[in-house]
Amino acid sequence: MEVARVIPCLDVTNGRVVKGVNFVDLRDAGDPVELAARYDLQGADELVFLDITASSDNRNTMIHVVERTAAEVFIPFTVGGGIRALEDARGILRAGADKVSVNTSAVERPQLINEIAAEFGVQCVVCAVDAKRTADGSGWEVFLHGGRTPTGKNALEWITEAVQRGAGEILLTSMDRDGTREGFDIELTRAVCDSVGVPVIASGGVGSLQHLVDGVVQGHASGVLAASIFHFGEHTIAEAKALMSAQGVVVRPV
Amino acid sequence: MTQPLIAVLDYGIGNLSSAQKALVRSGADARLTRDPGLARDAAGVVLPGVGAFGACMDALRAAQLEDVVYESVASQRPFMGICVGMQMLFTSSVESPGVAGLDVIHGTVELIEGNVRRPQMQWNELHIENEDPLFKALPKTPWVYFVHSYSAVPKDSSVVVATCAYGQNLTAVVRQKNVVATQFHPEKSAKDGLKLLHNFVSACS
Repeated sequence: MEVARVIPCLDVTNGRVVKGVNFVDLRDAGDPVELAARYDLQGADELVFLDITASSDNRNTMIHVVERTAAEVFIPFTVGGGIRALEDARGILRAGADKVSVNTSAVERPQLINEIAAEFGVQCVVCAVDAKRTADGSGWEVFLHGGRTPTGKNALEWITEAVQRGAGEILLTSMDRDGTREGFDIELTRAVCDSVGVPVIASGGVGSLQHLVDGVVQGHASGVLAASIFHFGEHTIAEAKALMSAQGVVVRPV
Repeated sequence: MTQPLIAVLDYGIGNLSSAQKALVRSGADARLTRDPGLARDAAGVVLPGVGAFGACMDALRAAQLEDVVYESVASQRPFMGICVGMQMLFTSSVESPGVAGLDVIHGTVELIEGNVRRPQMQWNELHIENEDPLFKALPKTPWVYFVHSYSAVPKDSSVVVATCAYGQNLTAVVRQKNVVATQFHPEKSAKDGLKLLHNFVSACS
């Protein structure tokens, strides 16, 4: 039985959640640990922390967030952003994260995936891929730096290579849809999900709960990632799961 | 209630602190340790594990903790294996041919078959096959978090106390006298997982 996961994503900089998180009756919306605990209580299946500054000065701050989260929150969580070397991955995992997510550094030096997988196992390595449809519409290209830097790499080919190198999961973001609230790029999601054997998390574009259902039913995703629809108290994880369940998607009950 | 001392064996791989932290939350004085003396004094011993079977066995042997496992198992004190820590208790694994497991429980660890994604990296429902003190006060079908591509197949199927359905029925929990082991991560399984760990801690008191 495949059970779809609902995964809120928290953008963190200098130890604080950014991008305006506004939870009803939460005293300090900027504290990642407090938010993580809230999502755990709500029934989130996993969490992703994205360290969006990821300067080396910030590294110890993030490690501290990871340690505090691991002592308070007993669901799996992934940390991404600024993991450039095996040492960075080791620090994050030793502090209590379950998985690390690599993106730019893996494109620049694919061997990084092999190194982390060899040391900690494939289940620890998430390869995050930001993909954008090519101008001629024939496929998708990998972009770096939040969609600003084209790489010339075909997204499907890169994802296949990443899995061969030891990525145990793919976090797939459509740069065409990210921030639009128009829903996942279903065609992209399905193309990736149907071509690899590891779990794929769909990301980018969620504006309604129906989009989460569509990501799993039409896109074949193993999990769905969203930020704003949960952060602003528009919807709860329970509402998301109720709709998914009503439309035949198996989820962990809240 | 006094907090029983539980030794969480630390042989330097991956994220072992989560198990220790969750045991502390569940009422134990749990310590990450590679000190055989502390493991001997502990009321219970936990063997966690993540990553590849062979790498974990090598690390366990390099940390000279193999005998600590055998001693703890033989002492009749509560002993718990988690994830690869469960798989290592078996005879061998197809993941790492030629690497001997601990063989505390006879059987092999096989690749998950069927038309499913590997790893199984998700929450799944436990099917309790045999009542066990570990399941006390848990819901009828607890939900727990799995991350694995390989699955234990005991020679004696009566040691299997819970399974989960993923392509086929997989071994989720085994019990052999004082030894209990879970394929899933109770320390990452929210309230049901913490309750299960609390039951283990209670058995150590």
